[in-house]
Amino acid sequence: MSTTPQELKDRIEASIPGASAEVTGDGRHFAAIVSAPAFRGMSRIAQHRLVYDVFGGEVGNTIHALSIQTKPSEEP
Amino acid sequence: MTEESSNPISEAIKSAIAENPVLLFMKGTPEHPGCGFSARVSAILESLDQPFAAVDVLPDPRIRQELSALSNWPTIPQLFVDGELVGGCDIVSEMYQSGELQQALGLEAAESETPEPEPVQSAPLSIENRL
Repeated sequence: MSTTPQELKDRIEASIPGASAEVTGDGRHFAAIVSAPAFRGMSRIAQHRLVYDVFGGEVGNTIHALSIQTKPSEEP
Repeated sequence: MTEESSNPISEAIKSAIAENPVLLFMKGTPEHPGCGFSARVSAILESLDQPFAAVDVLPDPRIRQELSALSNWPTIPQLFVDGELVGGCDIVSEMYQSGELQQALGLEAAESETPEPEPVQSAPLSIENRL
């Protein structure tokens, strides 16, 4: 059972309010570019944690690697 | 917060973080990194001539488990500066490029001895002589 980039994108967008994500990957290694208004005022660490938290224990396991780039976006 | 205080690995990680101002948890060693992300972060620190301590998480899976539990960060590598998690490969690379990492490490923000940009040699006039 492998994960698709689309699935990751959908889960990120469903979990982080107002987020939009671009995800690429090969089923085990993924890269996500995520922008969300929630990131504003947060440290980079906190922004990345918010994205990691969407996947809980899957990162490092079924999702072998998830490279993250976050961008705070304007409130819609 | 009732914490089992008798977890030797967790305790060892905590004291390593407290005792080493710049500490990298990585897969493998700086000389023989075991993964590209770990290799990148250790190469960045080396390129800055930043002395750092490194812990290889590979010999015992519990190191990684306990570290992630402590730091609330799922992946390796993890760079700690002055006891604080700075980030993994993505954040460290981004901060290196923007100069924030050098700042966080207390390094001179690479007083860029910007060499005078080479004056662009304008192409010698190409005069068409129609005389």
